[in-house]
Amino acid sequence: MADFWTDAFEKFGVMVVGLAAFAVIVGVLLFFADRAPKKGRDFWQLLAFVAPAMLLLLVGLIYPAIRTTYLAFTDRSGNEFVGLRNFEWMFTQPEIITVLLNTVVWVIVVPLLSTIFGLAYAVFIDKAHGEKILKSLVFLPMAISFVGASIIWRFVYEYREQGFGEQIGILNQIIVWVGGEPQQFLQNSPWNTFFLIVVMVWIQTGFAMVLLSAAIKGVPVEIVEAARLDGANAWQQFRNVTLPGIRGTLVVVITTISIATLKVFDIVRSMTAGQFGTSVVANEMYTQAFRRAEIGQGSVLALTLFIMVLPIVIYNVRVMRQQKEIR
Amino acid sequence: MTDATKQAEDKLDRPLGQKNQPKPEGEVARTFRKSKEKLTSPWATAAAIIIAVIWTIPTFGLLVSSFRTASEIRSTGWWTWFVNPSFTLQNYNDVLFGAGASSENLGSYFVNSLVIAIPAALFPIAIATMAAYAFAWIKFRGSGALFVLVFALQIVPLQMALVPLLQIFSGVLGISGTFPAVWIAHTIFGLPLCIFLLHNFISEIPGEVIEAARVDGANHTQIFFRIIIPLSLPALASIGIFQFLWVWNDLLVALVFSGGTADVAPLTQRLGELVGNFGRFQERLPAAAFISLIVPLIVFFSLQRYFVRGLLAGSTKG
Amino acid sequence: MSSTLRRRVLGPAAAIGALSLVLAGCAADTEEPGAGGAGGDADCAEYEQYGSFDGETVEIFSTIAEVEADNLELSWADFASCTGITIDYVSSQEFETQINVRAQAGDAPELAIIPQPGLLQRLIAEGYVVAAPDSVEANVDEFWSESWKSYGTVDGEFYAAPLMASVKGYVWYSPADFEENGYEVPATWDEMMALTEEMAANGADNAAYRPWCVGFASGDATGWVGTDWVEDAVLRFAGPEAYDQWVAGDLTFASPEITEAIELVGDILLDPAYVNGGFGGAESIVSTTFQDGGFPILEGNCSMHHQASFYEAQWGEDVTVAPDGDIWAFLTPPAAEGDPFAVTGGGEFVAAFSEDEATAAVQTYLSSDLWANNRVALGGVISANQGLDASLASSELAVQSIEILQDPDTIFRFDASDLMPAAVGAGSFWTGMTDWVLGELTTDQMTAFIDGTFPR
Repeated sequence: MADFWTDAFEKFGVMVVGLAAFAVIVGVLLFFADRAPKKGRDFWQLLAFVAPAMLLLLVGLIYPAIRTTYLAFTDRSGNEFVGLRNFEWMFTQPEIITVLLNTVVWVIVVPLLSTIFGLAYAVFIDKAHGEKILKSLVFLPMAISFVGASIIWRFVYEYREQGFGEQIGILNQIIVWVGGEPQQFLQNSPWNTFFLIVVMVWIQTGFAMVLLSAAIKGVPVEIVEAARLDGANAWQQFRNVTLPGIRGTLVVVITTISIATLKVFDIVRSMTAGQFGTSVVANEMYTQAFRRAEIGQGSVLALTLFIMVLPIVIYNVRVMRQQKEIR
Repeated sequence: MTDATKQAEDKLDRPLGQKNQPKPEGEVARTFRKSKEKLTSPWATAAAIIIAVIWTIPTFGLLVSSFRTASEIRSTGWWTWFVNPSFTLQNYNDVLFGAGASSENLGSYFVNSLVIAIPAALFPIAIATMAAYAFAWIKFRGSGALFVLVFALQIVPLQMALVPLLQIFSGVLGISGTFPAVWIAHTIFGLPLCIFLLHNFISEIPGEVIEAARVDGANHTQIFFRIIIPLSLPALASIGIFQFLWVWNDLLVALVFSGGTADVAPLTQRLGELVGNFGRFQERLPAAAFISLIVPLIVFFSLQRYFVRGLLAGSTKG
Repeated sequence: MSSTLRRRVLGPAAAIGALSLVLAGCAADTEEPGAGGAGGDADCAEYEQYGSFDGETVEIFSTIAEVEADNLELSWADFASCTGITIDYVSSQEFETQINVRAQAGDAPELAIIPQPGLLQRLIAEGYVVAAPDSVEANVDEFWSESWKSYGTVDGEFYAAPLMASVKGYVWYSPADFEENGYEVPATWDEMMALTEEMAANGADNAAYRPWCVGFASGDATGWVGTDWVEDAVLRFAGPEAYDQWVAGDLTFASPEITEAIELVGDILLDPAYVNGGFGGAESIVSTTFQDGGFPILEGNCSMHHQASFYEAQWGEDVTVAPDGDIWAFLTPPAAEGDPFAVTGGGEFVAAFSEDEATAAVQTYLSSDLWANNRVALGGVISANQGLDASLASSELAVQSIEILQDPDTIFRFDASDLMPAAVGAGSFWTGMTDWVLGELTTDQMTAFIDGTFPR
């Protein structure tokens, strides 16, 4: 035990040193920006604020993105240039069509449902008794790791054929109680995709709820009050006051969940491994690039992800333009 | 004094340009939080409770399962526990104290996870706040385009970034397998989303407040510390929680950059191993999931007061 | 310093020992606090040949976890304390992907224990693995059969020595069930089919009963159980030469030999009268985890379960695995009586990514009979090392398996899916089997699909 404490002490020491070093670097940077010569001060200050982030992103994400794009034109080991062969591979695989369709279904359904549930919940529990407890119940899934989530949902979807013993999964048990046939939720295509989506919605609703709830509380009381005095009912207040007030946050929430959904692979991988027609682009990318060591093919799929996010980016640019105009 | 300054002072509840610390954010928020009439109806409450129950049942089932033996888990549903209660702490015992030659006790991994997650949540938040401020309030050419680029970087699958980054860490910096390597990696992967989310809040701070400070002669650093940070504390808290959660539950990044040795590896690594070869000890998973859930819940509850108080942002314009 | 010491500590008694060592100021890394591997205090004479190193650290990266990992660390504890090499052991379920990432980034561990020859050969082909030192090759020549050595060899150059092994193709059953119903352990595949039919007829009054119980589900590796079935049938019916051609891609899945074997398996796995005891019809195979697959035998809902020797540990502590116990196993029978004795199996290989001498010393030790005996004596595993004393093994099944592996007349073939390129062996072969069992692909469609993905 003594061992444990000296060891823990040592590690927390490392952490404190790390935090201090970070504080010093940022502090020095901002100090010099603050004291920069009058001439060109704006430039130096801008640099101090943006450079750390941009430098890290350049090394850690921009360079890898460029490298991935290059690898999309190479063979399985990434050494030999093969032109468009990987693209040809992608568009001649019948499964890939399913994969693309599935991804589109995911990226439409997950943000929509998560946001609706999250928003409804946030509105319903606003100022309710026990708001904190109610919030943490829906937030809980967010705090569980993907591994944890997939164990939980495997328990929910567990299947025993009728006549082959008791049901272990709650969902099939409920079906049996009301007199139905138990289902193989994760194997029966195409509905299995929907049952995987449920897991993602279950997780992301907490995210939407926390951000939207905060935004709702930011809507100025006076405006709500005014609407109420004008005789607006609860729905009208929500429609005409709350909703416009949280529009910016709504866009952020939907965008974030959409991107998270495009990237989802843990859920698919741990629950069906993309079999039974449930695969999505991110999972297929991971499988190709890492499990099957087909780096070229994996990179092409990563590139597809880059392209699929474009509509979301364009929409956000538009919203930003509108906001700038208002400002 | 200009109108704008006066307005800003009203908002901030103190004169601008003074050296003293701004008043705690609570007072600012409180002015916005006069008693609001309840929007809720009995139907809404019922709907909320239904959602809460549906969202909780799966986790509750796991909790019950964590106290059952392997053969019980395999043969009957967890709800039969109410009719036929049985209770064992064996799974928790295995997870918590099942230390062997290769596995130190779990406490050591807890320490590692904390040492990884605290800086890896604070670093990206700090850097992202600075960048988000610059994108929102410093006018420069290409600002919009650069922000869009950062935001679009969210889509880069981090698996694709592992190899090049590890190359730099082990070849150039020589820090692979240490805590700083894991911190930096998490910081990088967290930045795009943190910048994007914070930009939303920071850009919606009323422009008059910042304009007023500027008129008063404050430069960017001063505005940043005196206005931006205090006003976006609730946003920082909620985004900080999310970043902490992602780091806490991450396995892949930690595994690659820590090298997986017991000196540096996080809790998730140990919990993954507990299942054993060929998944022999699956019954331990529920207990393991609950043990790793404790810290995120503590963080959530302790920071919750910051963000239920409400965000100042997203208010005046729609 | 303290952490390397602590990591080897086993029980509370040893912890006290370690503590007193620390308190006494005796902080030498190499001191071994009573965690003797094969027997009490280390006798360093056995380890002198490996040399002496001070302050050298060798990292070993592997998939092996939990109890097996503890035993692995124990098996080299004495070696480490006598030679002065600190061995850092790291295990991960993500090994297959992480080893690629670390190798590509130039951050590879010194040694990796690789369970798939296919992965090993790819790492060799990409130039990451260094050739085995002469001392390792000498050990392998002395203690291992030609076929085992060949899996670690590329273009005549020898790289990686085998470590442990498992025998696949066991059929688990309950001796009591067999005795009660007058069933005989089948001597040929045909007899096995006849037995299956007899069981199905006998068990008709139990609605949940089927002769076989099968589980394919295994997370992102779902389907591998099915490949084991097919491999056993191919080796027994098409023969070892055809098996090798099939692995190399020279014999397609659609060829008559392989298709015949697949159809033989299909006679069991696709017949709802024969599968899936305790779980449901044939389609329930894909939603049943391989861990749970055999348990209906204990409940009397099925009589036979096809799974490798490692499944022994799966039964749990209150089930005795012995010829007269609760559970026992026979090997999948040959096509005809008098056929040469052929088994499939698996194993691991130790690949080095570094040329330093400490790494070579560890590598040499792991390929020796000394290590094999030390490790097997700790229980739970077997090895195909010829220098291994089978009587050291922990169970009757392990003894039997070692004898099979050591018998010079045994025709041993490594698990085909582990040898094939990952696109097939860790991809289309798995998914093809799953869709086939679900009834979504016919045999011809499945073989065409897998052939289409075979990189040539």
